[in-house]
Amino acid sequence: MRIRYAKRGRLRFTSHRDVARAFERALRRAHVPMAYSQGFSPRPKISWIGAAPTGVASEAEYVEIQLVREVDPAGLVAVLDEAMPPGLDVLEAVPAGTGSLAERVEASRWRIEFDGVPPEQLKSAVDALLAAERVDVERLTKDGKRTIDARAAVVAAVVDAAPGESAPCGILDVVVRQTTPAVRPDDVLSALRVVADLAPPVPAKATRMAQGRLDDSGGLSDPLAQDRVAAPDRQPAAPRSDAD
Amino acid sequence: MRTAQLLWGTVRGESVFPQLEQLLPRVSKPVQYVGGELNATLKSWDEATVRWALMYPDAYEVGLPNQGVMILYEVLNEQPDVLAERTYAIWPDLEALMRENGVPQFTVDGHRPVGDFDLLGVSFATELGYTNLLSALDLAGIPLHAEDRGDDHPVVVAGGHAAFNPEPISRFIDAAVLGDGEEAVLEITEVTRTWKNEGKPGGRDELLLRLAETGGVYVPKFYDVTYADDGRIAEVRPNRDRVPPRVVKRTTMDLDAWPYPKKPLVPLAESVHERMSVEIFRGCTRGCRFCQAGMITRPVRERSIEGIGAMVHSGLDASGFEEVGLLSLSSADHSEIAEITKGLADRYEGTNTGLSLPSTRVDAFNIDLANELSRNGRRSGLTFAPEGGSERIRKVINKMVSEEDLIRTVSAAYAAGWRQVKLYFMCGLPTETDDDVLQIAEMAKNVIRAGREASGRKDIRCTISIGGFVPKPHTPFQWAAQCDPETVDSRLRKLRQAINADRGLGRNIGMRYHDGQPSLVEGLLSRGDRRVGAVIEQVWRDGGRFDGWSEHFSYERWMSAGAEALAPFGVDVAWFTTRERDEDEVLPWDHLDSGLAKDWLWDDWQDALDEQEQDDCRWTPCFDCGVCPSMGTDIEVGPTGRTLIPITPVGSSL
Repeated sequence: MRIRYAKRGRLRFTSHRDVARAFERALRRAHVPMAYSQGFSPRPKISWIGAAPTGVASEAEYVEIQLVREVDPAGLVAVLDEAMPPGLDVLEAVPAGTGSLAERVEASRWRIEFDGVPPEQLKSAVDALLAAERVDVERLTKDGKRTIDARAAVVAAVVDAAPGESAPCGILDVVVRQTTPAVRPDDVLSALRVVADLAPPVPAKATRMAQGRLDDSGGLSDPLAQDRVAAPDRQPAAPRSDAD
Repeated sequence: MRTAQLLWGTVRGESVFPQLEQLLPRVSKPVQYVGGELNATLKSWDEATVRWALMYPDAYEVGLPNQGVMILYEVLNEQPDVLAERTYAIWPDLEALMRENGVPQFTVDGHRPVGDFDLLGVSFATELGYTNLLSALDLAGIPLHAEDRGDDHPVVVAGGHAAFNPEPISRFIDAAVLGDGEEAVLEITEVTRTWKNEGKPGGRDELLLRLAETGGVYVPKFYDVTYADDGRIAEVRPNRDRVPPRVVKRTTMDLDAWPYPKKPLVPLAESVHERMSVEIFRGCTRGCRFCQAGMITRPVRERSIEGIGAMVHSGLDASGFEEVGLLSLSSADHSEIAEITKGLADRYEGTNTGLSLPSTRVDAFNIDLANELSRNGRRSGLTFAPEGGSERIRKVINKMVSEEDLIRTVSAAYAAGWRQVKLYFMCGLPTETDDDVLQIAEMAKNVIRAGREASGRKDIRCTISIGGFVPKPHTPFQWAAQCDPETVDSRLRKLRQAINADRGLGRNIGMRYHDGQPSLVEGLLSRGDRRVGAVIEQVWRDGGRFDGWSEHFSYERWMSAGAEALAPFGVDVAWFTTRERDEDEVLPWDHLDSGLAKDWLWDDWQDALDEQEQDDCRWTPCFDCGVCPSMGTDIEVGPTGRTLIPITPVGSSL
């Protein structure tokens, strides 16, 4: 079963390990009939697709789980979402079709809110980034500082203004190819600082809006679309409303 | 150090999360500050009459699984007009940002300023949390000294085992509660509720007097301490008519009536105990003379097998944990432990739910028990605590475990497939010699020899873990001289040499230990009196934080602050630690009643020096420690003769 879930609000501060632990416990609370690995310490069979970094929210996280029997996808979404902490919200479940889910994910679309930065200022910074051939940024890793090129992975970047806000708030919609090493929203922010000295007065907030394969028009294809087609007799589970 | 400036609004109880949120991307492990744990409770501020902030004064990952805080949090929140939220120690990275940005100490539930609550309850499992209390008070904008607090500041109440001698922190707290907290918090709540509903007559002092009058709440400022010329305490006496001369510990007798936590908190962040815990009994009468927990929690009170079964059932459903810890001071001593472990293993067959007994005695353990524990989960290592290396020193400390018992048990375990055994010991015990410590090496080697023979394999392991002994109040060793760190460290060096001397066996023996320095500081704080408060404050002002963490602990900081702050009183760190006390000395905690008769403790101390053992009163006649008659309690143990009936697992609704 392939599942899309969201990481919202203050739960964006969870790390991938935190999410994985919460998810495993929710599977147990919801009595989902999980398949377990064999051996000395059996583990439930769960495979994760590239998780959003700590501090970044997401509307499009994916995970694949193996069950010992078929279950109704809509029912799975309902019980699992109920068992997950609010803010980790289960959005959709589809029986896995053929082919690997990981291969259907090539790039991410991020939405980055720059509270206190006028859209015009943000736009000129982004233009400078797009005009550059490469922008080296430094990132602190476990093994010390590491330099990566944050420009090459950027496929597209569009600036917008937050609707109806009194304070200025520029919004960057950026599509970034998933490379090794990965270019994360933080690296894009560092790149904007390098090319245009852009230093937001409060930390910018990033949300992953979508993941998928790049299509010709620069959009992202839905990685679960193929599985939905392959399971025509089943209704895709409706995204849960925030009211329940 | 400056006090956090108040920049947020004037509405009491208002969340500071919007300000905090700006700082979180800049700190490590931000998830520990956001709350949102499964089974957390968030109630309306305005609808509550009495509001408690509950603190565990260590990092979130250590504090969250704490059973005491979890129990009180749930007990209090079940009251319709009471609100309880939690707060933990804040790491220096966020503390610096909070000071810079004027964000106060907050609760993780509602992110409300801790200074806005009526009461701040702090649970001290160890004295090394004292500096973290000062950080939290200061960040909360609460004056450090109780005498500087006004009617609008929270009443700071200390609890936990360290509260049995709260004298070193007596200036920083308003009150301390000795013993079990479940009923005590409700009584404190009731006194506070009445006082508030009456319009706070007499202000803060009247509230504290009413609490002190109950006889179960110690308010240090209502007691005067005088000192003799030689530095010893001359007298401790109440300075108000309404205050009793002695404060008595609380004992919750019927554990089945208090099945908490019903819904354990499940954090998003990783914590030190990734399991659900059920306390299967409270108290211990094994009588190990070093063990403060065993002395101050008497008598033994068992939870029934059915009560345990019900708590495990509802707790697993509410949490999704994969492991259940059956907690107590010596879990295999429950009168129905075999039935409990078998019953639970049967119930959870095929669900990958593991069981663990975190504290087990060698003599109460057997392989059937071990097999039940590992039947549905992972087979964890076996851990035992002989505590002393030689038969002689085990008689001194009254840990009546023979090496033959140990060898028999571990041989059976290695034969049954276990590969790893962990053994806990202490170093620096009263009357200890180098030879007592070197016997640890012999014991470990014998374990490896026996294990190789029983299992037919060479690759089995034994890890020995050694802690420095700290004499504690309310134990027979409360009069003892603490061993100095140099002697402890030298014995540990010799022990390591003795293990490494035999390569063939030594390579299968791991050795873990802490050096003696933190133990000496713990000793100063454990048996200190009010004068030690000046040392704690000095250390904190010099930057002392998170003293339980080796990367933050500074022995030099403690020693220089100790020398400086104690000099005006004519005493020093050694006076509080490595000095043996006389029978007639007034101890700083003599007016705090744990139920133990002081003459019984003294006799037991003399028996220790004579290497005389004392049996357990659960299976031999009462030895008159004094607890039951003075507290009006009695041992509450089974067996009940009942068993766990199989339950139909809640089916998946899928």
